[in-house]
Amino acid sequence: MINLKINGLDVSVEEGTTILEAARFIGFPIPTLCHNDGLSPYGACRLCLVEIGEPPRSKLVTSCTYPVEEGLIVRTDTERVIRTRKMVIELLLASSPMSKTIQDLASKYDVHQQRFKQEFEECIMCGLCTRMCEEQMMAKAIGFRGRGQNRSIGTPFDITSEECRRCGACMYICPICMARCQGPQEESPLCNACLNLSPPCVETYGQKMCYMDPCVACELAGPYRKDKQRKEKEESAPVAR
Amino acid sequence: MESDAQLETRHNADGELESVISMLERVQARYNYLPEEALRKVAAETGRSMVDIYGVATFYRAFSLKPRGKHLVSVCLGTACHVRGGPIIAEEFERQLGIRRGETTADKEFTLETVNCLGACALGPIVTVDGHYFSHVSTGRVKKILQQAREGLDVVEVKADERVFPVEVSCPHCNHSLMDERHLVDGRPSIRVTISFGKKHGWLCLSSLYGSYNVESEYPIPDNIVAHFFCPHCHGELLGTTDCPECGAPMVRMMIRGGGMVQICSRRGCKGHILDI
Repeated sequence: MINLKINGLDVSVEEGTTILEAARFIGFPIPTLCHNDGLSPYGACRLCLVEIGEPPRSKLVTSCTYPVEEGLIVRTDTERVIRTRKMVIELLLASSPMSKTIQDLASKYDVHQQRFKQEFEECIMCGLCTRMCEEQMMAKAIGFRGRGQNRSIGTPFDITSEECRRCGACMYICPICMARCQGPQEESPLCNACLNLSPPCVETYGQKMCYMDPCVACELAGPYRKDKQRKEKEESAPVAR
Repeated sequence: MESDAQLETRHNADGELESVISMLERVQARYNYLPEEALRKVAAETGRSMVDIYGVATFYRAFSLKPRGKHLVSVCLGTACHVRGGPIIAEEFERQLGIRRGETTADKEFTLETVNCLGACALGPIVTVDGHYFSHVSTGRVKKILQQAREGLDVVEVKADERVFPVEVSCPHCNHSLMDERHLVDGRPSIRVTISFGKKHGWLCLSSLYGSYNVESEYPIPDNIVAHFFCPHCHGELLGTTDCPECGAPMVRMMIRGGGMVQICSRRGCKGHILDI
């Protein structure tokens, strides 16, 4: 067993566990995008950054790929981590604002602005689909092609691979494929409508069917309203320390 | 690629199959590009997915999925070459060849591409054609370089090309000279040794030019055969100190007059050699 400290809490986990698994095991939430429990860690999205070591020599590492070490000091909620995490979300928003996953992340982690040149990419190179295809579907029909700016995901020669069984797992796991809520603010690159006390989509979807599942707005509204969540967090915080 | 063409594979000393990259390199060297069929054969041979092979083939600049011309012109646009006028040279090549960078001429003679550094920044702007470096290139020289490439850059000029020079060797055991004045290869006295492979045993005359791979022998030697080399005077085997860095076959060792040692690969067709002066 390996002993380490996460947010000041002594934790003992088995060797080979990653920081992410250890932190989630004792209940510290770390946002992830390219991580999936059934797939090998990849470390592409940089959302799971945590700070390790003592300041001033602390550094940021991706918790999903970092195996625990004896005596490691991990902090998941420092100002530096939160600032960097916001920046990562902002950059994701700059590349793929039409994704529900990324819009939800922006709402959840208080990202209210997007200061970069707006692009509308259809892929963020998180590698979830290629790993899904290889590791769970045992097909390896799609993969990375090219490099640098020209890197893309697809099949060789852009024709359907012999290995492809059209299982659709790649689409199922893709965080970008699911379009965001087409509510009242759909034109803007950053929605954040879910942060309102009464989400604007409630008025619009009086007549429309909403297919969002789960809908962040619905989850935050009512019993799980944001202010209440914050109060709960404050109450539970001393226990964690 | 002809459908009946065989993809030859090689194994290293431990009997493991060679890497995907070296397979692709040989396909690229043979066809000047990677045909789809060859990629499929490499995938089948290595038991890997087509995606893996395609990923490697598209990752490296050395590989091309489109047929390349006979001559590859690389214009350096690295920082040093850029400030010394690399882009103007590239434009001049585009004008002379009538193609844009990354393209191949219609007659399949030239492929023009730009690279980020050729590692000779002090000599910029640098252009390489088929591996031959041209330094301090000016727009006026572009036409001449293309003309030279058309005539063939690989014609060996012994006096002008410093990479090719004659060597005189002797046996490491009896120190007897191995040079044969009567038998000329490449117009020069050859290196005479005795070789045996299978049940054949006969003489072999190697070119004494370092960099030339011409040989003459009593019996025709099939490709890929690993032969034993002996001194014709003391009959001691000219066994090298290491295995070939290219293919893993034993090396053949000969002393150079004036000091030093040269080792060549004992496998027919392999160009592995070590020069130690």
